[in-house]
Formats: sequence, C-alpha cells, structure tokens
Amino acid sequence: MARIALDHVDKTYPNGYVAARDLSLEIADGELLVLVGPSGSGKSTVLRMMAGLEQVTAGAIRIGERDVTELPPQQRDIAMVFQNYALYPHMTVRENLGFGLMMRKQPRDVINRRVDAVAASLGLDALLDRKPAQLSGGQRQRVALGRAIAREPLAFLFDEPLSNLDAQLRVETRVELARLHRKLGATMVYVTHDQSEALTLGDRIAILKEGVLQQVATPMELYEHPGNKFVAGFIGSPSMNFFDGALTRTGAGGMCTFRGADLTIRVPCEPATSERVFLGVRPQHLEVVGETAVGEGSLSAEVGVVEPMGNEQIVYLTVPSGGRVVAVAPVQPRIVPGEKVSVRVRPEGLHIFDAQTGKRIGK
Amino acid sequence: MKLRPQNLVFGGALVVLMMFTLFPFYWAIVASLTPEAALFRDPSLWPTHIIFDHYRALFDERDFITPIRNSLIVAGTTTFFCLIVGTLAAYALARLEFRGKAAIMAFILAVTMFPQISIVSPLYLLLRALHLIDTYPGLIMPYMTFAMPLTVWVLTGSIRQIPKDLEEAAHVDGASRRQSFTKILLPLAVPSLATTGILTFIYCWNEFLFALSFTLGPERQTVPVAIALFRGQYQVPWGQILAAAVVATAPVAVMVLVFQRRIVQGLTAGAVKG
Amino acid sequence: MRKISRRGSEARLGWTLVSPALGVIALIAIFPLSWTFWESLHLHELRMPWLGQPFVGLANYAEIAKDPRFWAALGHTVFFTVVSISLELLIGLFLALAMNRVFRGRGFVRAAVLVPWAIPTVVAALLWRFIFESQGGIANALLVDAGILNQPMVWFIETATAWVPVILADVWKTTPFVALLLLAGLQNIDLSLYEAAAVDGANAWWQLRHITLPLLKPAILVTLIFRTLDGFRVFDLIYVLTGGGPGTSTEPVALYTFNALLQNLRFGYGSALSVVIFAITFGLALLYVKGLGVRLGGDEA
Repeated sequence: MARIALDHVDKTYPNGYVAARDLSLEIADGELLVLVGPSGSGKSTVLRMMAGLEQVTAGAIRIGERDVTELPPQQRDIAMVFQNYALYPHMTVRENLGFGLMMRKQPRDVINRRVDAVAASLGLDALLDRKPAQLSGGQRQRVALGRAIAREPLAFLFDEPLSNLDAQLRVETRVELARLHRKLGATMVYVTHDQSEALTLGDRIAILKEGVLQQVATPMELYEHPGNKFVAGFIGSPSMNFFDGALTRTGAGGMCTFRGADLTIRVPCEPATSERVFLGVRPQHLEVVGETAVGEGSLSAEVGVVEPMGNEQIVYLTVPSGGRVVAVAPVQPRIVPGEKVSVRVRPEGLHIFDAQTGKRIGK
Repeated sequence: MKLRPQNLVFGGALVVLMMFTLFPFYWAIVASLTPEAALFRDPSLWPTHIIFDHYRALFDERDFITPIRNSLIVAGTTTFFCLIVGTLAAYALARLEFRGKAAIMAFILAVTMFPQISIVSPLYLLLRALHLIDTYPGLIMPYMTFAMPLTVWVLTGSIRQIPKDLEEAAHVDGASRRQSFTKILLPLAVPSLATTGILTFIYCWNEFLFALSFTLGPERQTVPVAIALFRGQYQVPWGQILAAAVVATAPVAVMVLVFQRRIVQGLTAGAVKG
Repeated sequence: MRKISRRGSEARLGWTLVSPALGVIALIAIFPLSWTFWESLHLHELRMPWLGQPFVGLANYAEIAKDPRFWAALGHTVFFTVVSISLELLIGLFLALAMNRVFRGRGFVRAAVLVPWAIPTVVAALLWRFIFESQGGIANALLVDAGILNQPMVWFIETATAWVPVILADVWKTTPFVALLLLAGLQNIDLSLYEAAAVDGANAWWQLRHITLPLLKPAILVTLIFRTLDGFRVFDLIYVLTGGGPGTSTEPVALYTFNALLQNLRFGYGSALSVVIFAITFGLALLYVKGLGVRLGGDEA
C-alpha cells in the first residue's frame, strides 16, 4: 500500500479543452478517497492520469515514493476497476482473475492459489470456468474487483464501478466495498458522480468542478462546513436552499442582519460591511410551522408538492418572490399542498457565502 | 406477417426481385447442361435433354484447372500479405494517436478511388522491365495496390468497434503494448480478420483488368480472364463458357451463403462511417 | 523533453506500423501515377519507335479536347452512370427496406442477393450476354412469348438496344451492394421514432418520407460516392458484353483508354486519357467528400 500525491497537475487536451487545473491532492496510505463532481468535472480524467492512461500536461504524480508521471500504466503497480468492467470476453473468469499475475510472470501454482483465494472471498468459485458473457452484471462486477484484488497492487482506482448496477445492487455493493476497504486496509481512489455514495464510502472526499478542486475534507466536514457555495449545494440531499441578499452590521456584538427578498434574520458574522451574499440553509434546518405570524427568522410560503418518504416528508414550497424552497419535515403533522405556512429557520443551520466568489464567509 | 395489402405488395415485389436475381444463374446452369446445337434453337425454361459434355470438355480439352489454380494462388497470396501488413496499419490507425493520421486515412480512401486504367501502362512497363510479365509476382504486386487500401479500411473500422477499455485494463494489469495486442486485441479481432480476408479474396478473385494486361497466355491467366477469352474453333462455345461460369460461381455462392452475415458486417463496418 | 517522450514514442510506433502498408500503396500507386502524368506530356507511339519520345507539353490534352471519340466515350460513361445509379438506388432502397423487416427466409434472401455482387464482373457480363445473345436467346423467347416483342431482335446491333443488357447487368450485379449500404443506414435509425410517429397517427408512407429518407441521407450520399466512382471506371462489364460496340457506340472512357494504350499502343495519348479520367474521378470524389464532411482520422478528443 502506498500514498498517492498529485502535485500541481494540469491537463489540457490538444483541442484546448482544460480537464484539470492546478490540481494538488494528497491521498494517505490506506485511505479511501472519493473524487466526486458533476459530469465534465474532470474526475475520471484525474483518475486516468493516476493510472497512466492519460498523460499529464504539467505537474507530477507520485505513488509511494516514486515519481510516476512519465511511467506507463504497466509500471505503476496500481489496479483499476472500470465502469464497464472491461473483462476480457474471450477468457474465463479464472484467466481474467489471473491475468495481472500472469503479466508479472508469477509461477503457475502461485497464480492458481491466489485466484482460488480471491474467488472464494468474492463468492466466485463456482464461476471460475465461465466466460464473462455468461455472468450477470453483479457477478461481472465482482470479477472486475477480483482481478484488481488478485494483483495486490499499491493502490486501487475505481471508475464509477456501481453506475451500471440497479439501485438495490448498488447499495449492497457499496457496503461490500466499504467492508473490503476495511479488510484490506488498501489505498483506494473512488470516482463517482453520486454524492450520497461519496458521503457513505469516503474517508475523505475531494470535490471537483470543471477541473478545479473545490474542497477536500471528511464527509462531516463537507456537510457541516462547506467551503463554497458549489460544495454546499452539491453535498446533501435534498440540496441546500440559497437566499440572496445583503449583510449589514447590527451594532456591536458581532451580529449582522441578513436581508433577502423573503427572509430577514440575524447572523453571527465577521466585521464586514454590507455585502451581497448568499445565505444557505439545509432543508433539514427549516421548520414548517402552520400559519403563525411571520417575523424575523421566518419566511412565509405556500406548499407546492409534498413527497412522503416514509420516515419524513419533503416539502417543496414557493415563496412570495417566486423562488422555490425545500424543507424536510417530520412525518406528522401531515402537510397539505396549497397550504399557506410559515417556515422557521433554525439559527444553527446558517451558512453564508460571498455572492461574487462563492466562498464561505465566517465559521 | 399479417396479410395486409401493404405486405402483399412487398412480398410480391420481393419474389419478383428474387426471380430476377436468380434467373441468370438458373439459365446458365440449364444451358451448361444443354447440347451446343440446341442452345439457340427454341430455348425453353425447362431442360429437356441433359448432358455433361461441356463440363467434361472444360477440364479435359480446356484445362480449366490451370486458371483456377492461378486465381487461387494469386488471390490467396495477396490476401495473406494484405492481412498481415494491413492489421499492423489498422492497429496504428485505430488505436494510436499521431499527427498525420487523418491525412493517411484520406490518402488510403483516395487510392480506393483510383481508376485502375490510369496506372496500367506504367505498371506494365515496370513489370516488363523487371521481367515479371506473365508471372505470379507480376500479378500479386499490383493486386496489393488495390487490395491493401480495402483491407486497411475495413480492418480499421472493425478494430475501432472493439472497446478500448479492454486494452487499457490489460495495460493497467501490466501487459506491454505487444502483449495486449497479441493476447487481448488479436483474439477478439479474429472474426474481423476472417471477414476482411474473405472480402479481400473475393475482390482479388474477381479482378480483370490487371490480369488481362499483365498475363500473356493460359499458363498464368486467372479465371475471369480465361473465361472472357474462351475461343471456339468456329463459333463462341457458349456451352463451355457457361459451364465455366457455373464452376467459377459455385464456390463463391457457397462461400457467400455460409458467411453472409460476416460479409455484410465487414462491408458495413468499412463503408458506413456513423 | 521528458514530457513529450511518451507521446513521441507513440507517434513513432504509429508511423512504423503504417509504413509497410503505406509503402506498398504509395510505391505501386503513386509512382505509376506520376509516371503516367509524365508520360502524358510526351509523344510515345510504340508502333512508330522512330519518332522517339519527345516532350510535347499539353499537345496530347489538346488532341483529347478535339477528339470526338473521347467526348462520345465521356457521354456514354455519364449516361451509363446516371441511369445505373438511379435504378440501383431505387431498387436498392426497396431491397434494404425489405431486408430490414424480419421474415422467414430473410437469411436466404440476403445470401441470394449477395451472390451477384460476389462473382466476377466478367462472369456476370457473360451470363447477361448469353441471355440476350442471338435471335434464339432466352430474352427474345420470353419477350416474344409475353407479346412485348413481335419478333426476336438482335440486341447488340443497335446502340439503343445494346445498352439494355449492359444496364441490366450492372443493376443486377451492384444493387445488392447498394442495398447493403442502405440497410446499414436503416439499422442505425432509432425504432422509437417510428413508434412515436405511429402513436401520433402517421401512416407508413409518411414515415418513409419524413423519418426514413431524411435520416438515410448520409448512407445515400456514401452510396452515391462509391457508385459514381465505380460507374466512371466501368471497364470489365462493357469489355465483355459489347466490346464497346456496335462500333464504339457503347464505349466508356476506361475502355477507350485501354484501346488507345494496349491496342493502338499510343502510350503518350493513352496516358493523357488516363490522367483525364483520374482528374474527373478525383474531382468528383473531392466534391462528394466536401459535401459529406466525412470525419476521417479522429475519434473523440
């Protein structure tokens, strides 16, 4: 196992498209880091650069103590699980699992022993003589995994491995992967576009947007202290509500007042003058409170659609200025579409972002 | 199929088309089994009097075996070399990135559009200077000109259809470029190679202009030339010509029947660029 | 420069792998072509060796411009190409539409239809020559029996009637290929487009005109390119079917060139003719390719 480091990596394609911009990232030995972002964010490109399947335009990549920037994939000693599994269709499961070892010229009995062990641990023993075409999607995924494990590489790279599985299988496999990580203690880099997958799997998460690293932190840290508006809106489901408005100081005592189109609220803030900001509030921090009077710290809204989720209700509201707000309410009392309600903002759930830079202001 | 008027029209037209397609063969077979004297006298669609004289004469008097042998050697050798050289080129064009690739593809495409007639005379003079007129190499070399672009074009299209991530996975697993080529790509490309081989072989077998221009006599003539130049003592020996046509066509027909799916795939892989 | 090394080595490998193929093609195609062009600028009558091989500039081309037989040949070629392609496209489209449906015996139809494509052109020409040959041939017999002809005729004596077997033979032989190209295009059309149209109330004819044909345009264009170029280069078929006759009234440009070169042994003049043919086909190809905007070298970025 080894650590991986990206050092000011740039990737520009010949046609001018910039896939990665000045990316620096350190992945600790044994850590599971998730690379997450919307499509086009460059996350797959970054993974492929680590693998050596794409060349770096500038910067360096280190695996362990070696600088691998100029090395081809064959010499990097990493294993990759592809999105479409990339199982060799003309080889049996056994031959697929053993391919990497065969390439490293391991003796036949060593290969066989290793393949048997890996197959057993993944429940593939009965399938060893089948060809990939005869396997189900979930089985193929396990073979792809097994092929990587059998190699005992320095690190594992996963390129959206779950996206071809149906929802239930996805959840099960996710748990399996987490278990695998704990068992092997391996360094893993995992790419996904699904933020909930990122939150559940990663020791740390790196969020990418258009080739630029937004923030790298633990799931909790990202959730509770997102570094900018993009991260705040990306992490957490349903996504954070944003209100735009102005921040003005209210006397001394480190408090400011946020004034938006629909909401006015006191906010602890740094000494700063009236700035245009976005106030972010997660749906979980909005309380739907009947038709009581609206004052500071509350908004009036009309209920649009209510999604009953069994353990909670997701409420989609419209505010007078025409914007949409999402709140999460407990199962009872039942909220009815069309109701006019007041929504209270819980003071512990406030995030402030500069309107121009998107950066977080304050703690 | 439901018996809607639309389907009946379709079906009917298809039947007519099938008859149109198969009639010349049918008629050739019938005629090849009919005595020479009866050929143009009151022909009927149903054979009345079957004889095998024409076929016998074909191989006894005319030594039709020789052109068949020549065609096999020339087409076979050309196909073999084109496949080997063509596969390497196709791999480079389908998998590697380098400047000038587009120009090369354009060039190859352009060569397939050459009118053969435009290079017949210089080739003739060149071959004559090398003393290769009326020899096997004297045909194989020119054939490679026209077979090679076809081979490369179809093979490149076919290799492109094999997913790239298989070789990437092999690279990550430690395979060198040559190993991933021989262990991963080549086995998966075998069907395409077979198809391209068939197409190239057919193309060479059917070639006429070069074979006509670069051979002098029956010793090295290929099947198309031999058939076209059948001369009779007093008149055109249609019976034998058609027997020869049947003999030349039968193996091709069988090959096409057996490999039709492959052939269609190969033609469309090369021809239609999505 | 370490950063370029891997990209550079890939380029080197690429060129190494293509060079044998390129070499073969270039050596046997480019060299002779340049030679032909060079030769076309000289007087070279193999039958009159005492004239030597003087450089005559564009004199051969000037002669071509005034040569009635050349212009006639060009006319024959254009006529043949246009008529054949039109018929082949129509019938080929029908065939492709038919083969796109699933029905019993589809495999047989596909195979049967491929055989004419697979046999040598000269054999096809001979088959059709035989059908139309002499007054006792089967074509005459069938047409007389059907009442279309009053009496059997000699097809190859008159130009107009000599074209009939020629065009029939070409259509018979190449329609399968056209059908295949169009079929490939058809199969790329998303079925759900038809389903949506049907749900919206469109009948089969409407679907053909507004979904199939527009989406088939690229395939049709590709077919047109290939077939036009083939049409302009036609040789084998006419050599065997009519020999260019009666007289030279069905002679296409390729056959005229062949005669000039290897019958009349006028190498200089024949080479000029070759160059003209090449220029025409190349020009046509360029026109088509520009019109299509074919993407040749690259996949995705």
